[in-house]
Amino acid sequence: MSLHINTITGLRAKLQRGEISARQLTQAMLDRIQAVDGKLKAYLWLNPDDALAQADTADLTKPLGGIPVAIKDVLNVTGQPCTCASKILHGHTSVYDATVIRQLRNAGAILLGRTNMDEFAMGSSTENSSWGITRNPWDLERIPGGSSGGSAAAVAGHEAIASLGSDTGGSIRQPAALTGCVGLKPTYGLVSRYGLVAFASSLDQIGPFTKTVEDSALMLSVIAGHDSLDSTSVPAPVPDYREKLNAGVKSLRIGLPKEYFIAGMDQEVEAAVRKAIQQLESLGAEVVEISLPHTDYAVAVYYLIATAEASANLARFDGVRYGARVRGADVLETYSKTRGAGFGPEVKRRIILGTYALSAGYYDAYYLKAQKVRTLIRRDFEQAFQKCDAIVAPTSPTPAFKIGERVDDPMQMYLSDIFTISVNLAGNCGLSLPCGFTAQPKLPIGLQLIGKAFDETTLLRVAHAYEQSTPWHKERPAL
Amino acid sequence: MPEDTNRINIDHVAHLARLELTDAEKTKFAAQLKDMLAYVAKLSEVDVTGVEPTAHAVPLTNVLRPDESRPSIDPALVLKNAPESARGLIIMPKIVE
Repeated sequence: MSLHINTITGLRAKLQRGEISARQLTQAMLDRIQAVDGKLKAYLWLNPDDALAQADTADLTKPLGGIPVAIKDVLNVTGQPCTCASKILHGHTSVYDATVIRQLRNAGAILLGRTNMDEFAMGSSTENSSWGITRNPWDLERIPGGSSGGSAAAVAGHEAIASLGSDTGGSIRQPAALTGCVGLKPTYGLVSRYGLVAFASSLDQIGPFTKTVEDSALMLSVIAGHDSLDSTSVPAPVPDYREKLNAGVKSLRIGLPKEYFIAGMDQEVEAAVRKAIQQLESLGAEVVEISLPHTDYAVAVYYLIATAEASANLARFDGVRYGARVRGADVLETYSKTRGAGFGPEVKRRIILGTYALSAGYYDAYYLKAQKVRTLIRRDFEQAFQKCDAIVAPTSPTPAFKIGERVDDPMQMYLSDIFTISVNLAGNCGLSLPCGFTAQPKLPIGLQLIGKAFDETTLLRVAHAYEQSTPWHKERPAL
Repeated sequence: MPEDTNRINIDHVAHLARLELTDAEKTKFAAQLKDMLAYVAKLSEVDVTGVEPTAHAVPLTNVLRPDESRPSIDPALVLKNAPESARGLIIMPKIVE
C-alpha cells in the first residue's frame, strides 16, 4: 500500500475514515526503515515495540493523531537516549520531555526514533557525527546536509512522515534543500527550546521537516506557543497557520536581495531559483529588488557569536553530572581529559575559536564587534521588509556535495551556510522548499523564503502557492 | 582588530576551555584559528560608531516567574546518568586537600 510515501494531511484522512489503523501505519514505517535505513543511516535509535504501543493508544481525533515522526538526537525524550551524536553523551538517557515533545505527544504523534546529526549541531553535512555518516537519498555518495541531516534524510527517504530538527545557522533549511523536502526555521521566540540541548542560545530554533508546505503549517501549529520554561519564548497567541495557505500571492511584494546572487554560485542552482522567481511573478506576486548590504559580513559575525555561545554552553559537559568521565589526577585534569576525549574535532575547533573570542583582551574586538554588526544585519532586514512582504533567495549556493569533499576545509564548509545564517542573526523566520533538480546527477535544489518576525502565515502562504503550482514536491528518490 | 594573531597561545586558550589537546591537534587548531581570525578580520571594515550590540533577537528582558516550589525530576533518575554516584550524591575527585 506504500503508506510511507504519504503526507500528514493525506494520512490523517485515511486514519480518520478508518481505512488504515495507526498500528498499520507505524508498522509500514518500521518496514520502510528496515528496507532502506541500512543505506541511508538516518536513524541512530529506534524502539519498534514502543512505537507500536504508542500507535495502539493514539488519539486519532488530535491534529497529529497516529502520525509517525522522527526526532533529531538533540531533543530530550523521556526514556530515550540523547547523545547529540557526541561521544561525550554516549549512554545518556533523557529523564524529561522537551516542550516540543510534550506538544507532539499531546497532538497524538507517534515518536518513531532518533535521527543522526553533526555533533552538537555543529556542521553542514552530518559528517561530524560520532556515530557515522548519513547519506543523501538522491545520491548515496553525497551528504544530506546538516546539521539536521538525519531528520532531513528520514523525511526525504520516506522513513518518517515528518521530523523535527534545529536550526542555528541553517541546520534545517540547508539539509531540506539538499534532500528535497520542506524545512522551516520559525521566528526566534516562537517555539520553546526547553529540552533542546543548547548550541548557540541567541540563534537556536526548533522546526519541522515535512513533505509539503501544508504539513509544515500543521506541524508548526502544534509546536508553536509560549512556554514559561523558556525565558526567550514570546507570549503571543498562535494562529492556525493553515488558515491563509490558499490565499495566493496576488498583491504580495516579494523582495529579491541583490547580494544573494553571487559569483561562485552553482549555475543550475541560480537558474532554478531565477525560474522560481518568475513563477511567483506569474502567480501574481510583485517582485521588487531589495538590498541587504551587510550580507557579506554574516558568516564572520555568525562564527564569532555562535562559537562564543557554544564555548559557554558546552562548559556543562565536564564529566561531573552526566556523560562520559575520564579521570585525571585532580578535578581540573578530569575536566580537560573528559572533554579532550569526548568531543570531536569540529566541536573542539569551535570551542577554541569561541573561547579565544571571549578571552581577556579580545572580547571587544571580536565578540562585541560581532554583536554590533549583528545589529546592522537586523536593520538590513527591517528596512527591506518595509518594501516587501517576503524575501526570496537560494537556500544553499550548491546542491549536495560529495562525502569527504569539505571535511578538511572548515572555511569552505562554513560558507555553505552563507544564505541561511543572516536569518538566524536577525531572528526572522525562513523556509526552504524544492524548486527543481540538477540534471546529472539528479539532485534537489532549494528555494529559500524569508519572512518578517512572527509572520509565518505569509511565509507559508507564499511557499504553498509556489509549491502547488510546480511539480517538484511530487518527485521521489529511487532508493 | 588585534594585529597579533601570529602569536596565538593555543595552550592558554585550551586551558581556558578546560580542553586537553594532543600536539597534533594543537598544531592543526592553531593554524585553523589563525585562518578563521584572518577571515573575521573583515569586520574591521564596518563602522559601528554609535551602534548598540544585539545580544539576541527578541525584545524580552527580565523574564520572571513567581518564586514558588514545584516538583522536580526524580533525583534517582538523574543520578542514573551520573558517571559515579553514591548515597544520592555525585562522586568527584577531591577538590581541596
